[in-house]
Amino acid sequence: MSQFDIYKRQHQSVEILELNGELDAHTAPVLEQHITKLIESEKYQIVVNFSSLEYISSAGLGVFMAYIEDLRERGGDIKLTNMKENVYNVFDLLGFPTLYDILDEESQAIKRFQNPSESE
Amino acid sequence: MDVAASTGNLQSVRDFVANHARNHGFSGQDTEEIRLAVDEAMTNIIKHAYGYDESKKIYISVGSDDDTFWVAIQDTGHAFDISTYTTPDVPERVKQRQKGGVGVYLIKRLMDKVEYSTRNEHNEIKMIKKL
Repeated sequence: MSQFDIYKRQHQSVEILELNGELDAHTAPVLEQHITKLIESEKYQIVVNFSSLEYISSAGLGVFMAYIEDLRERGGDIKLTNMKENVYNVFDLLGFPTLYDILDEESQAIKRFQNPSESE
Repeated sequence: MDVAASTGNLQSVRDFVANHARNHGFSGQDTEEIRLAVDEAMTNIIKHAYGYDESKKIYISVGSDDDTFWVAIQDTGHAFDISTYTTPDVPERVKQRQKGGVGVYLIKRLMDKVEYSTRNEHNEIKMIKKL
């Protein structure tokens, strides 16, 4: 069975979800629950750190597809960071780099939330 | 191999196929592409052919010819009609808050050839990659 965990952290107003393991149709509902909980508690600035994510399928990408508009409408965003090459390649195949803020480091994403004008 | 049509079996099936791919000499990236294509095909069967009925079975076989490696996945559920397939508009799907719907597109991008067939109530997707 696919192994998957999420560690949740906070940096001031930014919520950080650190994904570990393999994200597929079996484990995607776990990520979805975390994101819907954050939206319900009006936390709209989310960074997802992929440094310990070994694998992703389109079921995992689907979670980001389903909630990004809701977050942006509320003035927030989901920023994606620290992807391994094989994980980035899946996002790239579907054209996500033009739709999502994908950054090398978590600190860059936090900075971008804190000083949005500086990133332009 | 055959497994119950459960998302809990996705990892063991994609690992099984990826190991075979690696043993056939595929690079790391090619192996990852085959692993993902298998996952997407099996997820579609669980979701669309069987409607998450875990009592149903999925049959997986792998093999190779002179210059190709293939993975065939069979089910006995609702057949997928490839003639209804259109390339997904990902930005539009994001705007519509649609979760996914991109599995078939990924399979086609990841593999060199994809064939769908139905015979004696068995549907098969055969995914082929050049060695």
